Amino acid sequence: MPGILQDKDRIFTNLYGFKDPYLEGAKQRGAWNATGDILSCGRDWIITNMKNSGLRGRGGAGFNTGLKWSFMPKTVTEGRPHYLVVNADESEPGTCKDREIMRHDPHLFIEGCLIASFAMQAHACYIYIRGEYVREREVMERAVAEAYAAKLIGEDNDFGYPFHLYIHHGGGAYICGEETALLESLEGKKGQPRLKPPFPAGAGLYGCPTTVNNVESIAVVGTILRRGADWFAGFGRPNNTGTKLMCVSGHVNKPCNVEEAMSIPLKQLLEEHCGGVRGGWSNLKAVIPGGSSVPMIPIEQCETALMDFDSLRDLKSGLGTAAVIVMDRSTDLIRAISRISYFYKHESCGQCTPCREGTGWMWRVMERMANGQAEMREIDMLLEVTTQVEGHTICALGDAAAWPIQGLFRHFRPEVEARISSYRTGKPHVQGAALLAAE
Amino acid sequence: MSVRRLAKEQPASFAFTPESLEKVNFWLAKYPPAKKQSASIPLLWLVQKQEGWVCEPAIRLVARMLEVPVIRILEVATFYTMFMLEPVGRAALIQVCGTTPCALRGANDLLAICQQEFGQKGHMTADGLFTWEEVECLGACCNAPMAAINDYYYEDLTPVTFRQIIADFRAGKSPAPGSYAGRHSSEPAGGAQTLSDPALYDGSKAHRIEKLPNAPEPEPVA
Repeated sequence: MPGILQDKDRIFTNLYGFKDPYLEGAKQRGAWNATGDILSCGRDWIITNMKNSGLRGRGGAGFNTGLKWSFMPKTVTEGRPHYLVVNADESEPGTCKDREIMRHDPHLFIEGCLIASFAMQAHACYIYIRGEYVREREVMERAVAEAYAAKLIGEDNDFGYPFHLYIHHGGGAYICGEETALLESLEGKKGQPRLKPPFPAGAGLYGCPTTVNNVESIAVVGTILRRGADWFAGFGRPNNTGTKLMCVSGHVNKPCNVEEAMSIPLKQLLEEHCGGVRGGWSNLKAVIPGGSSVPMIPIEQCETALMDFDSLRDLKSGLGTAAVIVMDRSTDLIRAISRISYFYKHESCGQCTPCREGTGWMWRVMERMANGQAEMREIDMLLEVTTQVEGHTICALGDAAAWPIQGLFRHFRPEVEARISSYRTGKPHVQGAALLAAE
Repeated sequence: MSVRRLAKEQPASFAFTPESLEKVNFWLAKYPPAKKQSASIPLLWLVQKQEGWVCEPAIRLVARMLEVPVIRILEVATFYTMFMLEPVGRAALIQVCGTTPCALRGANDLLAICQQEFGQKGHMTADGLFTWEEVECLGACCNAPMAAINDYYYEDLTPVTFRQIIADFRAGKSPAPGSYAGRHSSEPAGGAQTLSDPALYDGSKAHRIEKLPNAPEPEPVA
């Protein structure tokens, strides 16, 4: 068996969809087993065990899931029902894990929604699926209908806890993956993030207490409680526990999704699960280890990096969604990052000026750097602008647009300089370069 | 952000078909009665499914149905890039993912093919058959490069298979979505290396669990 994790410890046993995703098949694989017993242990027990499992949110930020649940008000006030909203707006470039959960293991997910809602005294849960996932939404709608028909969820379900589950979909905006933008969008508005505080646990969907969780965070809940918090906490390093779906794309021989133990060495993940880097390990140039928002790391750091929050943070990168984008020596890194900058320019919601204007500016300068048309001093100007965007916006999209560029220059500045120099070879005076920067 | 405007030429009126109305009611039932506005995106999507694009009379109708000012729906229709604001080709709407993970595996070749076959992106071809766009990450990066055609994902494409798919649509056929490299979904090419333990699937996981780990001890009977 490649990797660290053994089959018996995998949560998503139908990850690739070779088996029946619907109720019969899911029950056979252990979904909906002992759900009633879990609920009868009580809310506090569920939250305590989730905390003990060490599960950190799988949507990128990595906040302790059980702790997040405990922020919800302890009592439900009249007229302010609690909501669970699940973020299935998976749009971070490189990430394609929630899609597999929704189309291949929907019942683990629905069961998780019930347990999480119960723990937070929510009687209604909305799943916000990105609009482009049409097939995934069809599967989810069918699985939800099955669960209603089997009295697993609904007003008078077999567990005696009235619970409604609704599928909602978006319209193709990356920004709706930010939790408050998602709530705005779910209320039928433009997806523009809200100022925090108030945090969603105080005033979220329709002004009521709300918790927003990632699909993977919710889908693992049932299995964690069935097998025990200690079991889950046994994988990975302290503070980085559990199993995690990892998505490997780019220049490996066999790109794939795979569930692995946290803290698996990056090199082992690529070599054993993905058939290695195209052209061999020495052909590797850089890796973006956690989705397009996190800074890249060069090959030297890839040797020792572990796929967990702390190891990658120490390398000034991040685990994010564990979406590994591999780039070999044939890659034009400047072009690759410029394309990511275009992505953020396209997806900025336009609310905060530093991001709305900054993402476009950074993209235009990156594009000229990729062509070599920029000036040397613009490198520092660009880096300064990234720090002016970073941290000066309501949500983290501004940061996410800045970090990939900072990562590029942290490790590959000479490459950009060489590009600029070679463009200028034979062109002693490049006219108008500074003017181009502004527009 | 992207600047998006309504098409210059607009139809005089719009009405939901009875089938669409049934779906409208299905969506409205999901939200609290006082929060009908929540259905704005699903309703506009139904408009697009019915007509192929979102026209101005439809925006007004949706606003009336949801009892909100027209601007609230207009801004939603222009904010979300999935809504097509002008008529699209009747054979296929081709959306090629051009973001970095797809670009690393050859999406630029697919974009060049589209440019060559259909011309300018974002506009219907003269024969009314195709519209193509370059879109941002569609979330199928392990199966890159890929394109969404009429809502469904065509994955692991090469210039050869992509041209074949276009030819099929042009001939009025509907080629099957999914991987064009023989993969089932996102398992490694050549077959999954994990999830082979038969004990996962023999039903042993469905056996009754006598006692949950860490379950609280029952209260002693007084």
